[in-house]
Amino acid sequence: MTAPLLEVDGLRKYFPLRHAFWSRAGGHYVRGVDGVSFAVPRGSSLGIAGESGCGKTTLARLLVRLLTATEGSIRFDGVDVGTLAGARLLAFRRQAQMMFQNPYEAINPRFTIGRALLEPLSIHRIGTPDDRMDRVTAALAQVQLSPPGTFVDAFPHQLSGGQLQRVGLARALLVDPIFLIADEPVSMLDVSIRAGILNLMKEITRTRRLTTVYISHDLALVRYVCDTTLIMYLGTVAEIGPTPEVLTRAKHPYTRLLLAAAPVPDPAYRPPEIASTELVPTAIGPARGCPFVDRCPEAMPVCRTTAPPAMLVGPGHHAACHLYV
Amino acid sequence: MPPVLAVQDLTVEYRLGRGTRRAVEGVTLEVRPGEILGLVGESGCGKTTLGRAIIRVLPRNARIAGGRLLFEGVDLAALGEAQMREYRWRKIAMVPQASMDSLDPVYRLGDQFVEVLTVTGGLSRAAARERAVALCDYVGLDRQRLVSFPHELSGGMRQRAAIAMALALHPRLVLADEPVTALDVVVQHHVLRRLRGLTGELGLSVVLITHDISVIAQTCDRMAVMYAGTIVEIGTTAEVFAGPAHPYTMGLQNSFPNLVRPQETLIPIEGSPPDLIDPPPGCRFAPRCPFAVDRCRVEPPALRELAPGRWTACHRAEEAADLRAQSKDARRWRVAVS
Repeated sequence: MTAPLLEVDGLRKYFPLRHAFWSRAGGHYVRGVDGVSFAVPRGSSLGIAGESGCGKTTLARLLVRLLTATEGSIRFDGVDVGTLAGARLLAFRRQAQMMFQNPYEAINPRFTIGRALLEPLSIHRIGTPDDRMDRVTAALAQVQLSPPGTFVDAFPHQLSGGQLQRVGLARALLVDPIFLIADEPVSMLDVSIRAGILNLMKEITRTRRLTTVYISHDLALVRYVCDTTLIMYLGTVAEIGPTPEVLTRAKHPYTRLLLAAAPVPDPAYRPPEIASTELVPTAIGPARGCPFVDRCPEAMPVCRTTAPPAMLVGPGHHAACHLYV
Repeated sequence: MPPVLAVQDLTVEYRLGRGTRRAVEGVTLEVRPGEILGLVGESGCGKTTLGRAIIRVLPRNARIAGGRLLFEGVDLAALGEAQMREYRWRKIAMVPQASMDSLDPVYRLGDQFVEVLTVTGGLSRAAARERAVALCDYVGLDRQRLVSFPHELSGGMRQRAAIAMALALHPRLVLADEPVTALDVVVQHHVLRRLRGLTGELGLSVVLITHDISVIAQTCDRMAVMYAGTIVEIGTTAEVFAGPAHPYTMGLQNSFPNLVRPQETLIPIEGSPPDLIDPPPGCRFAPRCPFAVDRCRVEPPALRELAPGRWTACHRAEEAADLRAQSKDARRWRVAVS
C-alpha cells in the first residue's frame, strides 16, 4: 500500500481578533481550525461536512496553502506544504487545484473564457503558445461544453451558472493536477443542473485517478460522491470514516443530530426526534472540554473538562466523543 | 371549505429593454384553509414573482396582465393600491427572500415589532408590547431577545423574527419565500417544524416557496411544481412524490440526492429553461423532455385534473405510469437535448 497523498497532522489556524478592545483584554483569537488530523489516500475522495462557521472552508484554504497554518503540518506527496517557497511552491500550486463555490466570482468577468483558461497555462509555462489554445478547447470538450469554439470567445455573463462551473472545473484540470479540492461546487446551482456537474466530476476524477476533497454542508451530496466522510464541528474533527459507515452508523452525537435534521425528499420518511438546542457556540477564547458539549443531549461531566480523544469506533471509523472512551 | 385564495389564470409580465417577459403565465391554483402549499421550481421559474403578485408587491416594471386573485371573494388583482393596503400584512403577509437580513439594524427587535403593531395595526403601545411577546412565543424565539439588536441574533433567530413579523397582524395567509434556505440544517429543521405547528394553532395557511424538494417533502400538505412560468403539476405531496405525472417532476426527483436511500446514479435534466421573452411554441419543457412528441412542440398542454385534486399539464399524462418507468433510465435523458 502506498503512502496517502495528503497527511494532515495537528493542524491549527487561529485568527487574531484585531478589535482594540479585545487586544487590550489580551491575545484573543478565533479558532478557525483547532487540531485537525486526517489522511487522504491516493485516488480517493474525502467529503468534509459541517455547519456554516465550522471551519471547513478555512481547512480547504489551508490544504492548498491559500492560508498558512498557525500550528501543525500538511504533508502533500511526502513534502511539508508549509516549507514550500519559490519554484517548489509554484509546482505545488499546479498539482493542487481548487474549484470555488460561486463560479460568477471565481472567473474574471472581463476575460473571455478562452483568456481565463489560457492564463494558468502561461503561469505554469505549460505547452507552447501555439498549442495552448488546443489544450483549452480540449479541456472545454472534456467538461462537455460543446462546441468548445463558441465558449472560447464568450464572456462569463453570457454563460449559465452550470456552464460557468464547468469552466471552473476545466480551468482546474488544465494544468494536470493530482489533487482537486472543491468548495461547495454545486450549492449555487439549480437542482436539475447539479447532478450533471457531480456526475462529470465523479467520472473525471475516476478516469484521471485524482485525489479529491469536497467541502459541503449537504450530507446527501457527500454520500453520493465521497469515499470518506469527515464531520467538522467548531474547527475540530467530530467523526471520520468510510462514508457508508459514518452516515448509516454514526457514532458522534453531532453527526446523529445532522443526520436527523437533514431533509429527505420523501414525504413518507419520518425523521427521528431532535433533542439538541439551537444554541450557537463560539470559537473565541481558549478551548476547554468538548466543543459540542453545550448542544449535546448526552453530555457528561467529563465532557466539560477534557477534550475527547479520537476513538476507534468501527473499521477505519473514528469519533471524538467520551461515550466511546 | 372554500379555499383561502384562488389564483385563476394569472399572468404577470415584466417590461424589459429587449421585450416583454411573461414570468408567470396562466397560473391557476388554490390555497386551502390551514394547509401548507409548497411551490417548487428552479431559479427563474416564476415562483417568487407569483408570490409577490399575490400580495401585490411587484417591481415597478412588472404588472398583472390577466387573471384573478380571489381572496375571501374579492379579486385582489382588481384592487387599487389604497384598498390593497387593507389586505397587505393584515390578511396576507409575506416572509420575503433573505428576510433574515430585512430587519432594521439600528433598532431593537422589540421596537420594530411595536412600530408595526402600532402604526399598521393600530394597537396601543402597551398592547403592542404584549403582542410582541406572544409573537416570540409563537415562533419559538426567546422573549429576552426583544431587547436585542438584529446583529446580536443568529441567522435562525432573525429568520424566526421575520416570520413573527409576518404574523404580527393575524393574517390568514402567509407567503414564505425560501424561508430556510440560508440556514443550517438543524436550525432549518426547527424553523420548519414551528411553521407547521403554527398552521394548526392559528388556522393559518402558508404558501412555502422553495427550490428544495426535500423541504417540500418534509413540510407541505400539497405541492405545485412550476416550470418556466407555468404550473406543470399539482397534488398532495404524498401523491406527487409517489407518482409524479409530469416528466419535469420525474426529472427533479431523479436529480435530487437522497441521504436515507442513496441512489446509484443521479440523472440530471440536460439543457436549461427557455428564455421567457421568446418561449417555445408548445410545451415549455418539450426541448428538455425525453418523452416529447410532435404535438408537444406545437401545442401548449393545458393543466388538466386527472384525478380529484391531481392536476398535470402534459399531453402524455395518461401514459404517466409508463413514462415514470422509462424516466429511471439515464440514457433516455441524455438524448433529450440535441
